[in-house]
Amino acid sequence: MHELPFVQSILAITLEHAERVGAQRVLALNLVIGEMASIVDDSVQFYWDILSKDTIAEGATLNFRRVPARFRCWDCGTEYSPDGQTLACPTCGSVRVMLVQGDEFRLESIDVE
Amino acid sequence: MAPQRVEVVENILSANERLAQANRNLLDQTRTYAINFMASPGAGKTSVILRLVEALKPYYRIAGVDGDIATTLDSDRLAAMGIPAIQINTGGTCHLDAVMLQGALAKLNLEEVDVLIIENVGNLICPANFKLGNHLDILIASVPEGDDKPYKYPPMYRGVDAVVLNKIDLLPHFDFDVEYFRKGVEALNPGLAFFPLSAKTGEGLDTFIEWLREQIDAYHLD
Repeated sequence: MHELPFVQSILAITLEHAERVGAQRVLALNLVIGEMASIVDDSVQFYWDILSKDTIAEGATLNFRRVPARFRCWDCGTEYSPDGQTLACPTCGSVRVMLVQGDEFRLESIDVE
Repeated sequence: MAPQRVEVVENILSANERLAQANRNLLDQTRTYAINFMASPGAGKTSVILRLVEALKPYYRIAGVDGDIATTLDSDRLAAMGIPAIQINTGGTCHLDAVMLQGALAKLNLEEVDVLIIENVGNLICPANFKLGNHLDILIASVPEGDDKPYKYPPMYRGVDAVVLNKIDLLPHFDFDVEYFRKGVEALNPGLAFFPLSAKTGEGLDTFIEWLREQIDAYHLD
């Protein structure tokens, strides 16, 4: 359910840019999705197939680039990817950390003809 | 046309975010301070909110917006307390978004509202992605959910302004490590405001209400 409004938005952005350059057909979408963005590729694909039907983007390939989560420790500056057990800094154990990468969810580019 | 790559670099949620900003502008015009409450189903959002309304009502003009998949149960409870309440039935959608809030705002006379309480759909995943335009985000957790939730649902916990831990009257009956929970919350939000309380017994409620009043007053003085 959750992915439906996302895919509606992806389609709207795609068609807007395809129209802007006068494309006849959209061949592929290049999406960037962070690990922390709570987006499931399969679900996006499922809605995409339904929503893009009868548009110039019908049948376009969805390319997903996944970005792993990375945190930075406020106290010692270590940058790390969490091990799945804890989010605390592996070097000093501090919990004063911030997410520096991994919540991306954007359409980087589209391939058109 | 020859095949070519078109640069887009657009945030997928930019349409929602633009609308959220429009909501914020509208709220600011009428000096209406909007608070978004998020939680999993059964954490006690409505119980906490009813307590808040009771405590804040003497000082502010309050209105409520309730998001649920179906029924008007929650908005009825707010209306029973004598405040304007708008129910948004999302029709199956698992979160409120800026468009839905925009519709609800249009039904309220915001000129006569100092504090708007938004009760999001009970869900620990989706509401995190959809900005609404409110001023404060509060997550309500509860003891029976378990102390590992901040670790399992980091996007939801990240970026909130305060976390309420409800149902602390149940602590003797659960293996809930408050320090472990708090550490998980702080890992995502250094220096976050944290309020353990029980909407049922009232324990801890005063501290939370005092903090909320500070936030509301600071906004109205600004």
